[in-house]
Amino acid sequence: MSIAALEDVEVDYARGRALGPFDLAIRESEIVALVGPSGCGKSTALRLLAGLEAPSRGQVRRTPERGETAVVFQAPTLAPWLSARANVALPLELAGTASDEARRRATEALARVGLAGAEAARPAQLSGGMAMRVSLARALVTEPRLLLLDEPFAALDEITRRALADDVLKLWQGLQPAIVFVTHNVEEAVYMASRVVVMTAGPGRLAGEVAVEGPLPRPAGFRTTTLFRKTVETVSGRLAQGMAA
Amino acid sequence: MRRLADLAAPVALIAVLLAAWEIGCRVWHVPSYFLSPPSAVAVSLAQDWPGLIKAAGYTLTSALTALVIASLLAQLLALAVVLSDNLERAVQPLAVVLQVTPVIAIAPLVNIWAGTDHPERAVVALAVVVAFFPIYSGALAGLKAVDPDLMRLFDLYGAGRVQRLIRLRIPSAVPFLLQGHKVAAGLAIVGAVVSEFVAGSGKVQGLAWRIFDASFKLQTARMLAALVVLGVMGAALYALLDAVERAGLRWWRGR
Repeated sequence: MSIAALEDVEVDYARGRALGPFDLAIRESEIVALVGPSGCGKSTALRLLAGLEAPSRGQVRRTPERGETAVVFQAPTLAPWLSARANVALPLELAGTASDEARRRATEALARVGLAGAEAARPAQLSGGMAMRVSLARALVTEPRLLLLDEPFAALDEITRRALADDVLKLWQGLQPAIVFVTHNVEEAVYMASRVVVMTAGPGRLAGEVAVEGPLPRPAGFRTTTLFRKTVETVSGRLAQGMAA
Repeated sequence: MRRLADLAAPVALIAVLLAAWEIGCRVWHVPSYFLSPPSAVAVSLAQDWPGLIKAAGYTLTSALTALVIASLLAQLLALAVVLSDNLERAVQPLAVVLQVTPVIAIAPLVNIWAGTDHPERAVVALAVVVAFFPIYSGALAGLKAVDPDLMRLFDLYGAGRVQRLIRLRIPSAVPFLLQGHKVAAGLAIVGAVVSEFVAGSGKVQGLAWRIFDASFKLQTARMLAALVVLGVMGAALYALLDAVERAGLRWWRGR
């Protein structure tokens, strides 16, 4: 049963076609990585899944109610005038949750992403990795069924990226939302996803799908296994074919 | 130490310029009505002190009153405009025309409207006109300069128009508002002084009137003394608003 699906969608902007025709179905609790060259429409596909944009043609089917979808962007996108806790509490307060309850849940969400004690800090006082964790906490505080991540780690250093990738997988284990994340990084896609969807150069179409075996979250040393390396090679091959197409 | 070093350069330049001015006046026997030496300006400052302070107080009160009124009007209009595209389209040409018309050109008209018995109203009204635009354009730019991804998040969480305005647009506009008020404060003084000149009569006894009065009597030292007070007042107001801006930004960003 799919939680969200793009059916033969096309998106046209004034400068030309950005995406499609493209199909993608996301099942409950699965983790899907969208990989493709720059400008292939990965982020557009994500916005369609979020309901933030409508396709020019084709259908978008979504089962989550309002408030059951959360998005994390490439930048942490925090309100600079609010504390970390107030940023995390924002979606709850906008949905009408009482302020005390929203604060309590925001404090818990911050603790889940390893930021207990940083509740009062403002975004300007946080490192890039910490700000991204706040952004993640804000996405998780509503306990979404569909979590969309738009190159969330692109601006971070390699060590922070890997730590956050593990954190996302651990957090996924608890609530098990369906996760769709966009990335340029094939290794990151294979490490985090149970399915990697490869797109062609823009306007993006499906170049291929690769299932990633192995348990989630990944066991220690997963990056050094033959399975990991072979899957990375397969995805890289599809990507190269997609770019040539 | 750093602050002292920052201050040393301008203080030294002013001291050198004053010394050159004083020496030049004495060496070339420049007539006092043409250019009074700094020593004569200092004497005039000391003698006229009570009158100058009163005049400065008058001009400052007019400018600050205008700043408060301009601030309220500009922010209210910017809020209304940001809520209605039609209103923005309607207001924009008028705003541009009013902005590019020199205040001195509309001063006589405003004087008539204020009534010859109330030139102080004209002074405040004209200072409002001048102070209005930096705040209006700052507020409008700020209300529109919302991070598009934050806007998308508000869409995603189903925020209403009022929530968007109060929780996103207005807080986003704070740095722009602080900047706009800083610029407007200086312009309010310019506006007040210009309109005092046009009002001209003895009923408006601000610094401009003192400059005018002294110029009629060829008392150049008194003119310069009033100018010094005006300059110091403007600089002090700018420094105050600059400090308010920095404190405001620290509060807004949390550091």
